[in-house]
Amino acid sequence: MNNEELKIKITELLPSAIFDETGEWLNIHVTPTDWLSFAIQLRNDDLLFFDYLFCLTCIDWTKPAEEKPDLTMVYHFSSTKFRHHIVVKSNLNSSQPQIETVSNIWQTANFLEREVYEMFGVNFLNHPDLRLLILPDGWEGKNPMRKNFEDPINMIKL
Amino acid sequence: MFRETEILKTGSQILPIKQNLEGAGDFVINVGPQHPATHGVLHLVITLNGETIKKVEPHLGYIHRSIEKMCERLNFRQFIYVTSRMDYLSAHINNHACAMCVEKGMQLEVPDRAQVIRVIMDELTRIASHELWWGAMAMDIGAFTPFFHAFREREKINEIMEETCGARLTMNYYVPGGLMSDLHPNFQKKVKEFITLFKLKIDEYDELVTGNIIFINRMKGVGILSKEDAVSYGCSGPAARGSSVSNDIRKLYPYAVYDKVQFDEILETGCDSLARYMVRIREMKQSIHIIEQLIDNIPEGEFQAKTKAVLKLPKGEFYSRVETARGELGVYIVSEGATTPYRIKFRSPGFSNLSALDKMARGSKLGDLVAMMGTLDLVIPDIDR
Repeated sequence: MNNEELKIKITELLPSAIFDETGEWLNIHVTPTDWLSFAIQLRNDDLLFFDYLFCLTCIDWTKPAEEKPDLTMVYHFSSTKFRHHIVVKSNLNSSQPQIETVSNIWQTANFLEREVYEMFGVNFLNHPDLRLLILPDGWEGKNPMRKNFEDPINMIKL
Repeated sequence: MFRETEILKTGSQILPIKQNLEGAGDFVINVGPQHPATHGVLHLVITLNGETIKKVEPHLGYIHRSIEKMCERLNFRQFIYVTSRMDYLSAHINNHACAMCVEKGMQLEVPDRAQVIRVIMDELTRIASHELWWGAMAMDIGAFTPFFHAFREREKINEIMEETCGARLTMNYYVPGGLMSDLHPNFQKKVKEFITLFKLKIDEYDELVTGNIIFINRMKGVGILSKEDAVSYGCSGPAARGSSVSNDIRKLYPYAVYDKVQFDEILETGCDSLARYMVRIREMKQSIHIIEQLIDNIPEGEFQAKTKAVLKLPKGEFYSRVETARGELGVYIVSEGATTPYRIKFRSPGFSNLSALDKMARGSKLGDLVAMMGTLDLVIPDIDR
């Protein structure tokens, strides 16, 4: 499906979705509350069939522009059957960032969400195993990839 | 190539393994972080019942340098050099992904000469990486000699790289807009010599290892990863193509001059360690085929596009991906219009491939874990970043 067809199809599934076509692929903004049910439809719909989650990450907007949301989750999907792509984004509040996990739909999200959890402090609800993956034990509470992270000993400022 | 023997034929009649031995409790052992078979500092916590694996938990981060955070402070010319230290065995290909992402954002046209040289370099890197994997893989499961055979040929590639790029391992040759310098005058001659030599040697590899009955028995039916699981776990590269998932970025979303050369995407249907092994062996032959088509047809002209001294990416998001020796490497740059990336994410192939290890290993014997890890071709700096 091309972008126009995807837009029509996704509007049917989720009328509240906001589209953005500035990037290479179709971007869709969803609210964290809609995310889980929308994700299940993305995976299971016969015409969409987004079975390959190839990139999952988070962006921290806090520092330069105040009007922007605090954190944005970014999911890159493609379909191994139809070869179409979409990018799903969801804005989170940095005081209590939380979103439903998709690790039971795409297994790869298990590790990727654990990485985002420790690096950005996003809490993934119902995640089967939300522990530190890369950072050493006892690191809880500090999120190194956040823009306001300070480490006076190990960080060298140029 | 394969010699069917009595051992193989009777292999399927071996009695099923008892899943839970009577009176045996769970047993937790640590493999790594300093273990020769983990090829780096990977720490696996394995729960065993008897000799059967119940669970594999990777603990990462022993070589975590937070390259993504580091890149936020480096400008668009500098950050490329850091990525050679991620997957150090495919340094050129990592640099290619980053250079391509910046070129995409700047809408730079790369000269044809640079595009062709990039593809030749990428394929040489792929052969070098697969050779090291082949030697190490055979050593993991007990054959020591192949390691020396592999390094003998790999040395030739290192020499070619050293002449042109000045480095043997963490090469930095690609810049946004083209290449750092032109080729060494000996380049074409040396590459042709290497191709002639390697074509003889690759068949020797098959004779030495691939057809060996002990090797086949260690690999066949070990580490089964079904097609659905490979997709769900986000596997890419030979790990996925061994489960017949078609995902070669060079073929599906061609970049540089991959759409102008002829090569096959290698797919195997075995879904086991042997299938993943065969994919890499056959891929080396395809790489040679690609280099042969290009080595005499390097166009004349500029090797670098004219760029400004300070690069500024327009506001927006850019994603580029390439096929490294291990799979799909994605570079995701979020730019705010400054000279440094606002946020950069490397989608590393090893990270996703490693997450499938637990699924593959459950229910098999501890001794087979080494064969599975070998065929995933893990490079730890690529996983930890």
